[in-house]
Amino acid sequence: MTATATRPPDAAPPATGGKRARKRERQGAAWVFLSPWVIGATVLTLLPMAVSLYLSFTDYNMFDAPRWIGFRNYTQMFTEDPRYWRSVTTTLTYVVIAVPLQLALALAVAIALKSVKRGKGFYRSAFYAPSLLGASMSIALVWRAIFNDGGSVDNLLSGMGIDIGGWINKPGWAILSVALLTIWQFGAPMVIFLAGLQQIPAELYEAAAVDGASWWRQFRSITIPMLSPVLFFNLVLQMIQAFQVFTPAFAVSAGKGGPADSTLVYTLYLYDRGFTASHMGYASAMAWVLLLAIGLVTAVLFRTSRAWVFYANDTNEGGR
Amino acid sequence: MTTAPSTTPITAPGAARKRPAPARITLHICLIAVLLVMLYPLAWLVATSFKPADEVIASLRLLPSHFAWGNYSTALDGVNEVGVGRLLWNSLLIACGAVLGNVISCSLAAYAFARLRFRMRGPLFAFMIATIMLPHHAILIPQYIIFNQLGMVNTYWPMILPKFLATDAFFVFLIVQFMRGLPRELEEAARIDGCGPFRSFFSVILPLTRPALITTAIFTFIWTWNDFFTQLIYLFEPEKFTLTLALRSFVDASSQSAFGPMFAMSVFALLPIVLFFLAFQRFLVEGMAGSGLKG
Repeated sequence: MTATATRPPDAAPPATGGKRARKRERQGAAWVFLSPWVIGATVLTLLPMAVSLYLSFTDYNMFDAPRWIGFRNYTQMFTEDPRYWRSVTTTLTYVVIAVPLQLALALAVAIALKSVKRGKGFYRSAFYAPSLLGASMSIALVWRAIFNDGGSVDNLLSGMGIDIGGWINKPGWAILSVALLTIWQFGAPMVIFLAGLQQIPAELYEAAAVDGASWWRQFRSITIPMLSPVLFFNLVLQMIQAFQVFTPAFAVSAGKGGPADSTLVYTLYLYDRGFTASHMGYASAMAWVLLLAIGLVTAVLFRTSRAWVFYANDTNEGGR
Repeated sequence: MTTAPSTTPITAPGAARKRPAPARITLHICLIAVLLVMLYPLAWLVATSFKPADEVIASLRLLPSHFAWGNYSTALDGVNEVGVGRLLWNSLLIACGAVLGNVISCSLAAYAFARLRFRMRGPLFAFMIATIMLPHHAILIPQYIIFNQLGMVNTYWPMILPKFLATDAFFVFLIVQFMRGLPRELEEAARIDGCGPFRSFFSVILPLTRPALITTAIFTFIWTWNDFFTQLIYLFEPEKFTLTLALRSFVDASSQSAFGPMFAMSVFALLPIVLFFLAFQRFLVEGMAGSGLKG
């Protein structure tokens, strides 16, 4: 069954000459189907990557020809630009707060929803909705208002005797409000977790319950290992996205990254250098460092995944 | 359910049936509490869009004392003397162009990757997957230079053209996964009947791929509609602004009197997404769920 399905259909008997021509025709057809993608991948992905690598070694302002300056952009970035480091630490703070909390909340709600019978579809959709709306400028503006001085959050907290004031005006608190906006959008990873949970065979839990395993034990020894591929997927995806956060930081700080550069996330500073200050060479260098950093983090995650991600199929069937 | 004495005293995470009624009710209460907190910002947005200027910040109550429809009529006038109708049309133009581009180009590329054999298929597929993770910012500046050279800055081409060239690899991948699940016998039958790859793509595979295409279309629409960064760098003429960019103009002017109209316009900007969500929630949720499991 699988053998016939995977073998190229034209491997059947007929004359060899015709087969050749047929194969060539199909190669040609494949390239016709692929042509938009090939053009896009070359002209809009590969070429720009190479060009931005080149520009990162130049001084370029969009109007005059780029001037080669070697590693100057990089050395300036790493040794002479405190705002650059500020943007790095701000972004890291944001990623380290937002991603784990978002995933933890997503997992907790997914586990709760799994055992819900009535209204499961409703809950799933309702929790998912913020993930679609959250990227909108509209929501970022709402965030700015409710975390402002005298906004809802300020009112609620001072009612409880905690006087922080407006988060968006306080360095240290402003980035938290941006992180909360990300955590608010836990619906997308939650939906993925839920789908993963539903594929865990119920027999595993039944057997564990018979053996007297506690809820926590079952969670640790069945749910987490069985769910680890999905957890890994969500972690990689959310991490990559989090490194590129832009809109909420822009809205909360009116595009300036304030107060005191405390919401100056990496991409906001990149935008500021490249498009406001017209230092395209410097911004390109920043872009490449971001690319390498994301690549490095992904590689490290993949590396460590061997230790904690468990693929059930590997042991049962030996691949696919 | 309550009649049978429970054989296992411990509630298993996987077994819903054995959960006693009080625990179930507690669970629902917790879920609803979380849901209310989550929906608060949305309720706040709608309520504030109806509040008269002096109540926006000063009043602690969620609901306005009376409905100030004036916010909406001010919002209809738009920003920078460009009316909301125009802004809405601009947003729609970009989003629909992007949808058309993605559906066509991604399904073509996906068919080649899923079903046709060609040289370098493996490496090219791996490259395509890798571009899903590529941060947009790494290619942003050269792309800007290219579009600038082509005289396309301050037009919608930089937002639409890349979609016709399948640059959203995520959707290529999504459709490839879907096509791989279709039985090959269908195309074999079509081939025996004399269909070439083009006929079998258009007449056999494409109609069956409809769910994946709908998912692609909806996500493309919503993501393009919400997109801010690309529009921010490419569009500068108020006539060409989208709803998102018009909202951005409010960011700088932070006077309280602009709050009501600003949030009225925010409601306009969210409305299409909410409608899409209500109409297609099954496709959206399933599409999101599937992306993780197969990935």
